[in-house]
Amino acid sequence: MQGATRPGPDPGPRAKQEAPGQARGANRVLIFWILAGWIGYCLLPWYMVEDGLWSFGWLWGGYPFDEDYAPGAFLIAQGKKLWLAPLLIPLALPLLALGRAKSDPAYARLLILSGALGFGWLIAQGFGIGIRGFSYDWLRALFGELGDRQFGMGYGAMICATAFLFLLTQGIAARGAINGDVFVVSAIGGVIAIVTVFVFFPIARMLLAAFITDDGAYSISVFFAKFFDDRLWGLGCLWGARCGAAWNSLFLAIAVGFLTTALGLCFALVVTRSGFRFKRGLRALTVLPIITPPFVIGLALILLFGLSGSVTQFVADLFGIPPTRWLYGLPGVLIAQVLAFTPIAFLVLIGVVEGVSPSMEEAAQTLRANKWQTFRTVSLPLMRPGLANAFLLGFIESMADFGNPLVLGGNFDVLSTEIFFAIVGAQYDQGRAAVLAMVLLFFTLSAFYAQRAWLGKKSYTTVTGKGDAGVHPLMPVGLSIPVLTLALGWAAFTILVYAMILYGSVVELWGVNNSLTFKHYVTAFSVRLEDSGIRWTGAAWDSFWTTITIAAIAAPLTAAVGLVAAYLLTRQSFAGKNAFEFGTMLSFAIPGTVIGVSYILAFNVPPIEITGTGIILVISFIFRNMPVGVRAGIASMSQLDKSLDESSLTLGANSWQTFRRVILPLLRPAILAALVYSFVRAMTAISAVIFLVSAEYDMATSYIIGRVENNDYGLAIAYSTTLIFVMLAAVGLLQLLVGRVRIGRRTQHATETPA
Amino acid sequence: MTRKNRLTLTLAGSLVALGASVSASWADKLTFYCSAQEDWCQLMARSFEDASGIDVNMTRKSSGETYAQVRAESSNPKGDVWWGGTGDPHLQAAEDGLTEEYISPMREQLHDWAISQAESANNRTIGIYSGALGYGYNTDLIAANNLPEPSCWKDLLKPEYKGHVQMANPNSSGTAYTTLASMVQLFGEDEGFEYMKGLHKNINQYTKSGSAPIKAAGRGENTIGIVFMHDAVAQAVAGFPIKVVAPCEGTGYEIGSMSIIKGARNMEEAQKFYDWALSAEAQNLALEVNAFQVPSNKGAKTSDKAPDLSTIKLIDYDFKKYGSSDERKRLLQKWDEDVSTLPQ
Repeated sequence: MQGATRPGPDPGPRAKQEAPGQARGANRVLIFWILAGWIGYCLLPWYMVEDGLWSFGWLWGGYPFDEDYAPGAFLIAQGKKLWLAPLLIPLALPLLALGRAKSDPAYARLLILSGALGFGWLIAQGFGIGIRGFSYDWLRALFGELGDRQFGMGYGAMICATAFLFLLTQGIAARGAINGDVFVVSAIGGVIAIVTVFVFFPIARMLLAAFITDDGAYSISVFFAKFFDDRLWGLGCLWGARCGAAWNSLFLAIAVGFLTTALGLCFALVVTRSGFRFKRGLRALTVLPIITPPFVIGLALILLFGLSGSVTQFVADLFGIPPTRWLYGLPGVLIAQVLAFTPIAFLVLIGVVEGVSPSMEEAAQTLRANKWQTFRTVSLPLMRPGLANAFLLGFIESMADFGNPLVLGGNFDVLSTEIFFAIVGAQYDQGRAAVLAMVLLFFTLSAFYAQRAWLGKKSYTTVTGKGDAGVHPLMPVGLSIPVLTLALGWAAFTILVYAMILYGSVVELWGVNNSLTFKHYVTAFSVRLEDSGIRWTGAAWDSFWTTITIAAIAAPLTAAVGLVAAYLLTRQSFAGKNAFEFGTMLSFAIPGTVIGVSYILAFNVPPIEITGTGIILVISFIFRNMPVGVRAGIASMSQLDKSLDESSLTLGANSWQTFRRVILPLLRPAILAALVYSFVRAMTAISAVIFLVSAEYDMATSYIIGRVENNDYGLAIAYSTTLIFVMLAAVGLLQLLVGRVRIGRRTQHATETPA
Repeated sequence: MTRKNRLTLTLAGSLVALGASVSASWADKLTFYCSAQEDWCQLMARSFEDASGIDVNMTRKSSGETYAQVRAESSNPKGDVWWGGTGDPHLQAAEDGLTEEYISPMREQLHDWAISQAESANNRTIGIYSGALGYGYNTDLIAANNLPEPSCWKDLLKPEYKGHVQMANPNSSGTAYTTLASMVQLFGEDEGFEYMKGLHKNINQYTKSGSAPIKAAGRGENTIGIVFMHDAVAQAVAGFPIKVVAPCEGTGYEIGSMSIIKGARNMEEAQKFYDWALSAEAQNLALEVNAFQVPSNKGAKTSDKAPDLSTIKLIDYDFKKYGSSDERKRLLQKWDEDVSTLPQ
């Protein structure tokens, strides 16, 4: 991540067009990373400081000689942790490259050797030596008992590792990869490294569990026994019994994908291509469900349509229909998920629908197509990337959703909840969880490839640097009536659900005592003014501040990683690009529960030991939500004509400048989407978080679950309502900060009539 | 004593005090995994802080989740003490060697059942409260559907209760597993499974969490919920129209437990907490948060609303046998194959 955004202001010219004046610039980057490596090795504490990343007690706690706080160089000087000594060689090697020209083959060779050696040795020693000495029996057999041990990597080790990584990428660039573009090679290297560490590594660790027998040996038959399970693949629902969780999940996800895409498109069309007056209200409304913490929609649906729900009772009194438990099962989960995920589809589609160039549509109309033909043969096909992405997101979100099936699922088992209960249930069965996770992964990846096949290799470019005037035509009337009706109907339903939520938070005890009260808010958020200042006495403050802080840290990082990855995917071609794309999407396709458990398994032991800290929460959010940034970025960038970059490059800018000055400003909608989404998801996510929260870092959602479990709906809903308002404010603020992009000279239909 | 001397003395004294307070703030802390209800956990943590001056970091998770976490962290434990939650995961953790042996000096103040829980796990855990299994029903819904009021386990098999009974899935909930094991011990294995099959016809949903059925009943989303009686009492006290039933045939029970995690970083503090949590004073805190379990300290007070264990017919529940992972796996598999696949 760091390397992706900060290889210095001027990461050097491309090898092909090397200008004499810029040669020194390349060395600046090199010097920076050589220095970073030495600082990490000689000045900063090598191992993780136990009191946390931001505590600086180590500065006067015996640094630099105390074993816990000493930098690597001091450790080996005292004759301890001698396995760190070989790092001196790769640290010294790049010094030899300093005097050489970039075109000198030795320059590249030195850097590659140094980077690969250093990085490789760091990994090898990190995994080879753990808190109990050697981690593997064969190492013990080879060298005997070590008699020493090491903890997780700290500042020093991390910075050293980063330095080696970017020395390596500079070496590769110097050999001419990607036209010798240091920025692009470093970005690719950086993204690959962090995705490997924080996605592939923990997932691999978790999936390996599918093959482990009860006594810890590896066996394929264990996998098959768990895979061909009737609870997974049973087709009982065809004759009245129950279907397996795999079929349930698949069916649900397809239905949710289609419904959310259709509804999202309706909203996007209403907002961009109709004379409808209250567009802003509609737009705001569609944002609501994303900023709603999990469970709340489910709870509101129960309060409305449950056995004793208000609507159920009303209908029962009016028509004499006996109340049933129809909500619990597929119908309830489907409604809740469509409510929750339509806005995501909308956010993806709005950018694409807005981005379709009116000149294309005008051209069609000039060629005497009527409005309907124009829409069907020009506008709609141009929206295909958006439609496909929206469907994919809906499908995957539904597959991974955990809160709604938990509350409303009844006997309708889906994979995500089954995974959760395989791990936390009375039958602690990691292997079963891993098998279920594989099935889930298979479904989501199939959807991913189906989407790519459908899009094919066609071009969807509509935003170019050429003249782009005009206004979007309105929808054909035959289309606009059903679209408006649908959008408005759904909007009304959403309002009803939210009114219920608001009401639920001010009722004494739902269904039993309906008198109005603010006591839930007081319990959660009371504040006392004392002489010493404000005292936050409410029960919810601790988790509230933690949540806000972590979300605020995670959001910009997520957006940055996502957009850089999207840029690389759309604008650069390099070997292994497909695998790269797969890697960036993988964490999204895996449900949070699996991520949570795999993070605990992978990061509770050295070399990376971060469980129980706030960092693990931030990291899990970055990699859970990055794919949305990537998808939004790809969708927007595939509409930006490459000629824009090319002209910038021709005019002498390097790829970093092009990215920053040309692409980034045009990407504002995508940036906004990524920022908003990651902030909001960090505040509302639950499935991964529930495994990663610790005593010090408790999150709002896990606190709310505790209240729901305790049947304390009042407090849970009151807390959620507060979160909704906080997020509304945050989203508004972000919108102000990032600003709206103006493409072409388009105006809003509602305010002005087209000239 | 000259003035100068006195000054030096005061200075030295305050320095010592400062040093002591600094070292206290560095050393004395406790990471506390709690599997009881949130407000009880909070109260325990804060009260222990007040009583001992030790900083407490509390995380609340269900006993199954905590067990999963302790197991995942076993090679590098983060927690010190695990308090609350049904006994089975504690026994399981003891069996897996995830928890530490400890014999508290407070033992002589405890009821026999608490000590026998400890002995069955080689002193790796101990009983802190107990509660009997039973069920509760929503009086409004029983009246609205013109149903008779049940009072025995066998009553729940009656066809008129079809679609009105809820229990948790024994695969995911300790409460439901206790139900299954209790039926097997109460009626014998064959008849016990016949009972579960009969019950299956009337069940409207197997919930994931143990106390969910009675909470649904409280909100009017379900009529009868098979749960621990103290959970049902808590719903009634919270104002929901719930009536609690101690089934006439007799019933099983759970022992909420406490364990010290093996390799705890703050072992001394964990033992302090352990001793404190077994005291009558600490166990009286339950009453402040409407926790109606029976405390394990003989001197602790019980609420008059709590189900009186002495008037309930309790079976002689074999925790050692039915808490072992082999027996559990066998029963659950049998339930999965013979009961859950039947049409309803």
